[in-house]
Amino acid sequence: MPKEIFELQDREVWDGNYAASQAMRQANVDVMAAYPITPSTPIVENYGSYVANGYIDGEFVMVESEHAAMSACVGASASGGRVATATSSQGFALMAEVLYQASGMRLPIVLNVVNRALASPLNVRGDHSDMYLGRDSGWIQLGAFNAQEAYDLALCAFKIGEDHSVRLPVMVHQDGFITSHTAQNVYPLSDEEAYKFVGDFKPVDDMLDFSRPVTYGAQTEEDWHFEHKAKQHKALMDSRPVIDKVFEEFEKISGRKYKRVESYMMEDAEVALVGLGTTVETARVAAKQLRDEEGIKAGVVAIRAFRPFPFDLVRDALENVKSVGVTDRSSPGGAMGAFFNEVSAALYTTPKRPLVTNYIYGLGGRDFSIEDAKNIFREQKANADAGYVTTDIQQFSGLRGPKLGFFQTKRS
Amino acid sequence: MTEIRWHSRAGQGAVSGAKGLGDVVATTGKEVQAFALYGSAKRGAALRAYNRIADEQIFNHAKFMYPDYVLVIDPALAMTDDITMNDKETTKYIITTHLDKEELIKEIPALQGKEDRVYVVDCIQISLDTIKRSMPNSPMLGAFVKVSGMFELDYFLENMKRVLKKFPQKIIDANMEAITRAYNEVK
Repeated sequence: MPKEIFELQDREVWDGNYAASQAMRQANVDVMAAYPITPSTPIVENYGSYVANGYIDGEFVMVESEHAAMSACVGASASGGRVATATSSQGFALMAEVLYQASGMRLPIVLNVVNRALASPLNVRGDHSDMYLGRDSGWIQLGAFNAQEAYDLALCAFKIGEDHSVRLPVMVHQDGFITSHTAQNVYPLSDEEAYKFVGDFKPVDDMLDFSRPVTYGAQTEEDWHFEHKAKQHKALMDSRPVIDKVFEEFEKISGRKYKRVESYMMEDAEVALVGLGTTVETARVAAKQLRDEEGIKAGVVAIRAFRPFPFDLVRDALENVKSVGVTDRSSPGGAMGAFFNEVSAALYTTPKRPLVTNYIYGLGGRDFSIEDAKNIFREQKANADAGYVTTDIQQFSGLRGPKLGFFQTKRS
Repeated sequence: MTEIRWHSRAGQGAVSGAKGLGDVVATTGKEVQAFALYGSAKRGAALRAYNRIADEQIFNHAKFMYPDYVLVIDPALAMTDDITMNDKETTKYIITTHLDKEELIKEIPALQGKEDRVYVVDCIQISLDTIKRSMPNSPMLGAFVKVSGMFELDYFLENMKRVLKKFPQKIIDANMEAITRAYNEVK
């Protein structure tokens, strides 16, 4: 039990990092192994200070790199403890190898990812390059759009990942600086409510149970590897109803409702913007203003659970609009944006197949303004009216210099 | 929605000032945002910090804004930074300076024609007198309270005491004095 009681108000003004670290404290994380990196550093730094000051009964493990940090998390989790850490960008990249180990061993580690661009050029600000790097790693990936959600989803993450029918690691993403270093009103749960929601950690096959020895990370070649990976994929797909259930339970205690896909003003929308992270809240303001000022029936579809990818819900949310702009905040590296590809694949399986275009934006923390969002909606409206994509299919939004775009629709 | 842009140098406390203001505003039941746009991350570099204040949850995460208030806490930045960027016909300026208002406006052509919206206060001198070092953020909050009329001074002081509670009593008292003096001296 913690020796000290942390004083909390009903209404706090916290940035995303502080909010996430409070969730780590309230979940009573047993072990955090971490190597600091901007902009996620305060999460692990605060946890360390909570341990040192007696606010939490846990252990902070100092390591020499992010690879070692995640390796120590794997060891601690396999031993049977509640384990979490945080990272960003280059640190995330260095962790990448061990991310696959953690998910393959079915260890419910929680990783707070404060999204940041990947070098080169070196850049500490927010984009989704690191988040995308994790998209095939077998982790559940949840996205927060503000500091409150970084707190709420971190609590949900433990309950989802540790559910015995899931047993998978979970990333909670927030946008570097835009969320992590922006103070906003946050309404925390009490320590009791939060811990009761997350619950005690119930280990499965823990290595410290010497009466029942187990092996983690064994070798399987072509005889069994495929079956293991298929089972892991199925577990990830089957986590969808568990995520929904945890979100429902969270709503009961907090009044805050989360969904794997969040739709804003989509009931009668003719055009839509699909996005991740803080962008979707800014786009929501733009959509409302466009409805009032220009009569454009704009809506926003936001992906809360990036993995498992909500293929069916994306389809349901968008099948009745005429034109969709999908926004990717990651350098596409010689292809269409990865998120665009995923949303397009879902829409291809609908009867009406709305027009879809791709916007690359916001790399390295480039500002995404209400006006930028409005321009995307206006172009979708032009597409909807014309009945075909009037612009390049892939465009760069907010880029200085000559307009950059690729590919046009083939029309007979 | 009220939007505020701070012009400061790293180390002068604009980020803490913006967060402290946010903290106090939140106690009135409003929703707040406080964030900063750093240049090169070293002391003395020019930076901008921002506040948004609204009655409902703030969804806009863009740095871009048309500020209602521009708070300049470094006297030289008033001359060298683009403090009137994206301003409105109603934007109010509170500027740290040892000059009087007419002298200052003579030096800054961009402020000419906006005389009735420009307020001056010497936050540097006030902080040197009270806090005993150059820390112009607290006095600027006092000046802002006066110019904006957003709070009663006593209400603001009480809540700032809570925000500063991790500091020794002597420092809290000095900050209260700095805020009060700037409240009385801004013109």
